[in-house]
Amino acid sequence: MQEWANQLCENRQFGSKMTDSKYFTTTKKGEIFELKAELNSDKKEKKKEAVKKVIASMTVGKDVSALFPDVVNCMQTDNLELKKLVYLYLMNYAKSQPDMAIMAVNTFVKDCEDPNPLIRALAVRTMGCIRVDKITEYLCEPLRKCLKDEDPYVRKTAAVCVAKLHDINAQLVEDQGFLDTLKDLISDSNPMVVANAVAALSEIAESHPNSNLMDLNPQTINKLLTALNECTEWGQIFILDCLANYTPRDDRESQSICERVTPRLSHANSAVVLSAVKVLMKFMEMLPKDLDYYGTLLKKLAPPLVTLLSAEPELQYVALRNINLIVQRRPEILKHEMKVFFVKYNDPIYVKLEKLDIMIRLASQANIAQVLAELKEYATEVDVDFVRKAVRAIGRCAIKVEQSAERCVSTLLDLIQTKVNYVVQEAIVVIKDIFRKYPNKYESVIATLCENLDSLDEPEARAAMIWIVGEYAERIDNADELLESFLEGFHDESTQVQLQLLTAIVKLFLKKPTETQELVQQVLSLATQDSDNPDLRDRGYIYWRLLSTDPVAAKEVVLAEKPLISEETDLIEPTLLEELICHIGTLASVYHKPPSAFVEGSRGVQHKRLPGSAGSGESVESPDTSSAAGISDAPPAVIPSQGDLLGDLLNLDVTPPATTGPPPAANSGVQMGAMDLLGGGLDSLLGGDLGGSSAMGAGFGAAPAAMPASFSAPVSGGLDDLFDLGGGVGMPMGAFSPPKTVWLPAMKGKGLEISGTFARRAGVFQMELTLMNKAMSVMTDFAIQFNRNSFGIAPAGPLQVLTPLSPNQTIEVTLPLNTVGPVMKMDPLNNLQVAVKNNIDVFYFSCQYPISMLFVEDGKMERQVFLATWKDIPNDNESQFQIKDCHLSSDAASNKLQGSNIFTIAKRTVDGQDMLYQSMKLTNGIWVLAELRLQAGNPNYTVSLKCRAPEVSQCVFQSYEAVLKN
Amino acid sequence: MGEHRRRSAQTTGKLFFLSVVQTEVPPLFVVEFLHRVADTFQDYFGECSETVIKDNVVIVYELLEEMLDNGFPLATESNVLMEMIRPPTILRSVVNTLTGGSNVGEKLPTGQLSIIPWRRAGVKYTNNEAYFDVIEEIDAIVDKSGTTVFAEIQGVVEACVKLSGMPDLTLSFMNPRLLDDVSFHPCVRFKRWEADRVLSFIPPDGNFRLMSYHVSSQNLVAIPVYVKQNISFLETGSCGRLEITIGPKQTMGKTVEALMVTIHMPKSVLSVNLTATQGSYTYDLTTKALIWTIGKLNPQKLPNLRGSLSMQSGVPKPEENPSINLDLKIQQLAISGLKVSRLDMYGEKYKPFKGVKYLTKAGKFQVRT
Repeated sequence: MQEWANQLCENRQFGSKMTDSKYFTTTKKGEIFELKAELNSDKKEKKKEAVKKVIASMTVGKDVSALFPDVVNCMQTDNLELKKLVYLYLMNYAKSQPDMAIMAVNTFVKDCEDPNPLIRALAVRTMGCIRVDKITEYLCEPLRKCLKDEDPYVRKTAAVCVAKLHDINAQLVEDQGFLDTLKDLISDSNPMVVANAVAALSEIAESHPNSNLMDLNPQTINKLLTALNECTEWGQIFILDCLANYTPRDDRESQSICERVTPRLSHANSAVVLSAVKVLMKFMEMLPKDLDYYGTLLKKLAPPLVTLLSAEPELQYVALRNINLIVQRRPEILKHEMKVFFVKYNDPIYVKLEKLDIMIRLASQANIAQVLAELKEYATEVDVDFVRKAVRAIGRCAIKVEQSAERCVSTLLDLIQTKVNYVVQEAIVVIKDIFRKYPNKYESVIATLCENLDSLDEPEARAAMIWIVGEYAERIDNADELLESFLEGFHDESTQVQLQLLTAIVKLFLKKPTETQELVQQVLSLATQDSDNPDLRDRGYIYWRLLSTDPVAAKEVVLAEKPLISEETDLIEPTLLEELICHIGTLASVYHKPPSAFVEGSRGVQHKRLPGSAGSGESVESPDTSSAAGISDAPPAVIPSQGDLLGDLLNLDVTPPATTGPPPAANSGVQMGAMDLLGGGLDSLLGGDLGGSSAMGAGFGAAPAAMPASFSAPVSGGLDDLFDLGGGVGMPMGAFSPPKTVWLPAMKGKGLEISGTFARRAGVFQMELTLMNKAMSVMTDFAIQFNRNSFGIAPAGPLQVLTPLSPNQTIEVTLPLNTVGPVMKMDPLNNLQVAVKNNIDVFYFSCQYPISMLFVEDGKMERQVFLATWKDIPNDNESQFQIKDCHLSSDAASNKLQGSNIFTIAKRTVDGQDMLYQSMKLTNGIWVLAELRLQAGNPNYTVSLKCRAPEVSQCVFQSYEAVLKN
Repeated sequence: MGEHRRRSAQTTGKLFFLSVVQTEVPPLFVVEFLHRVADTFQDYFGECSETVIKDNVVIVYELLEEMLDNGFPLATESNVLMEMIRPPTILRSVVNTLTGGSNVGEKLPTGQLSIIPWRRAGVKYTNNEAYFDVIEEIDAIVDKSGTTVFAEIQGVVEACVKLSGMPDLTLSFMNPRLLDDVSFHPCVRFKRWEADRVLSFIPPDGNFRLMSYHVSSQNLVAIPVYVKQNISFLETGSCGRLEITIGPKQTMGKTVEALMVTIHMPKSVLSVNLTATQGSYTYDLTTKALIWTIGKLNPQKLPNLRGSLSMQSGVPKPEENPSINLDLKIQQLAISGLKVSRLDMYGEKYKPFKGVKYLTKAGKFQVRT
């Protein structure tokens, strides 16, 4: 027994010496020398031990490159382990010792012919990892053989090696025809070989976006689907990701692929599941929604997504970020799964916040009670960030689900009662939004809010509270006292609060003028005289002028009814969402950014798009989805309480004069308002110098290029001059007007030559004519008439030729036009037939007007409306055009177009390609939406036009071209 | 290679696994792979720690070489790897040292390229046995009043199969329709499951997870215990009260064991002075975790913990309510009601020994206060 124990003891010691950690301990001097001796030892075992020591030193970062020749000498061995270790060493040091590495080539080439497939594969694999040009030259022949090796293990290793070689020397791979061999391997009998070939091709294709390497057709797809069932989980991921790039020919093919992919949803590997989800989400786009299978697929997608949430937090997070996208695209998938997103108190914070976000996206009338109960629970958690977000979420629910608003408000009031500082502040910020969504409904809570005035120390909350006090000043008895209390520390407040305070006091003054005169004077002087902030000063001046010139107008402007805020905020913009859906499961889906935004030195990026749907149109979707369509890339809608101060000013305080027509007019109306204020106000400031006023007005730069007729009268002359000047100096440019052309040659006009053009100046559509008398006699009694035309264009007055036209005399006439005449569709659409009469005869001619003349000033659509409309108009109505040889920057282009009332609503830049989203409105109320894509350095632009009346597209495109090239 | 970027860190215990990627890759792909690496180290060395990795650096190197080639995972099945690189044992290292043998297999592993990569050929056992453990975890949130806010069951079927040859097994359940979502080991034939709701498979050799499943909140999930609690912090004075009683609810006649309660107290709770009728409690002053280890739940005499909490004075009463975390085990019960009805073997002639065990545990089981 004793003996046995001793032996065990000895073994232990022996055993402990046996571990590899001993390799790390030799740090003496002369170590290299010692190793050198051991490497050259005759004893195999000693050699192996020495190589192990070398590898260990290499691992911890010691430089053992000096041993290169000695290690390479050990390469010729039949001991596989030793061989592997030497290969490891080679991979690491070959780059720094390229000349030496050549010594190894022969052995590699020999190993590639070894009868043992393991060694053949190992050799070809290692050679591919040695990034030395001379070695790669020698690699080609062995690689070619290995790609056709009888053993699938070698073939699959060789497939990967092609990708490696391509990374080192792409040209070589192409010249040697390896790509074709690789493509052939897609049809290999062994699924693992297929998977690796797909993986290698995908990697190569990534660096050659246009090479059409993965030329997928129904036959290859079928092969991939077969291999999918039999290859390893990793191979499945490669194949699924590759499938996702395929666009099926029709909905039937799409369905059959989906059917073969769905079993992957039950895979234990979460990456396989997510890649399968990607394929399904993408191909689903092509399935008609009334198809039974569509419903089945929706049902099948939910459980695997839910299951991903039971994994480790980091997997959960990836899943949640992806679910966030999926829920925006197809809320119906998870609408019954609200509960799985309930937060557990020990979830990591990043999981908590993401769950909360999804909960709100899923909130609906059906589940709102549950959601609210949960949110209330969260509001008492420890984590401050989470609590804040939970409180905000309650507000978002109120705005999203109207039926729950009341409950949300009472929940918020409960929370305010807790007196927890940050809870109260968040609650007040969201209650302000609720007031804007449901005016005159919940104002009874104002008293409670006012009680907490003193505890507010965050700018956002203070600004929100001040807004509330100002907005409802007439219901708050001591509103003046409350606001006055804020005024004391005016200069210490943040800009946000200062602006809000200024506006609130002006509102108060307009509501209770008698007792607050002093207060308003105080705030105006604080804002205009003591502040260095131009925004604040300007706003102060505007109010001041407004109040001193016309208090009634001031009231109309400042106390005007505000547009309601919309419900869905911070949704991802639809085109980006579509792109991200194509990237489900990748980093892009976690960052919610396109890959080009974060992959360094991205080697050419393809933008992925969802395939168009077949069968039933998108427009018959449930209201659920269509609400998700009202999307924008920035959180808009809710009062812009910080940031864009101009936006703040325009949206909050000034609303369009009620006379300017339909709601979309808002923006241009606002600008007009601003113009007016400046004009009139500066007027009084400068002591009534009219010339000065228009100059100043333009100096403010906010003036729109052209102003509506009704408004422009008094200032138009001055502005016109300015704009003419401004054209060269980067001011917003005037509307495009083509040069005059001869419409009626003298030959046909019995001596009368008419040349003319159309123009839109200061919002007035007019015809500009030059009449020339080339006859011998005097011409008198001019009159003009138009035939019926597509847009009902008609002269707005008689042709003003007052004096008789003597021979050889020329006269310029401007004929104002309107669009209330009789309508008849012309071909081309913009054709206008004109009759001119004089004392001699009646002459007929026809001319074409640029359709841009008919773009009205209020053609700027709201973002939300734009997005919804874009989605709403069927794809068939979309037409695409190329504008060639144009060399403008996107800003210059946008500026130019704006001059012609083509308004840029949003701009997005995706890897150097600018996308401008634009809208215009024709005089007859037809909206045209456009997407203008331009790329720096590429003189060819692409315009996509969408319009409910697609016939106008061609004309609109011509105008685009004319305006841009002018 | 220039533009490397750091991508994913994965921790097991105190080790971080970091992988570097060059292009846009699916993060789950990377994370799953790292998990697999950690699992493999666990399989090979019994644990996954810094020392172990240092001690076996060469094997680790060899393993990583086999598992990954230029970013493409190669062999990640432990069965296959074990054939290529033999796991270290004291005996083998002794033998290797003496004979100059190696850890590396000289032959291509049989499973590597077959359609069943998870199983090697020529497995032989004297005792042929197959054991299955059905383990279910209840994830639940119960609110103050005892109502279940949310409950679901995460279940797994762990298998330990030591059968000779190429056995083809069929496992069927009494009530397979309970399961909402299932994910299988690659060996399971999905088509059979879709059609007949039975698990048909050629098993890997040894331990593996046959399937995991999910019984969602749509179904009624039985909650085995109830918790009566009252935790209050007094507005005046620097103290609070705590009383917790736990009783059985839906236990299907089984005994609840290994009962343990964890409460994370607010920061201002300095110490606790409590009496437990059963088990013992500890209060960690730094983490503010109150842990009450109870053990077996006796329905006749319900465990109760009560007493006072002493609070930091001069600090406002805590705003948050601590949540109660529950741990428990119930042997011989799958709380979802899932039951294996039979296991059949085809393809081999011998008669294997078969066994099924059930276990229910609390997963993330939380009671709000």
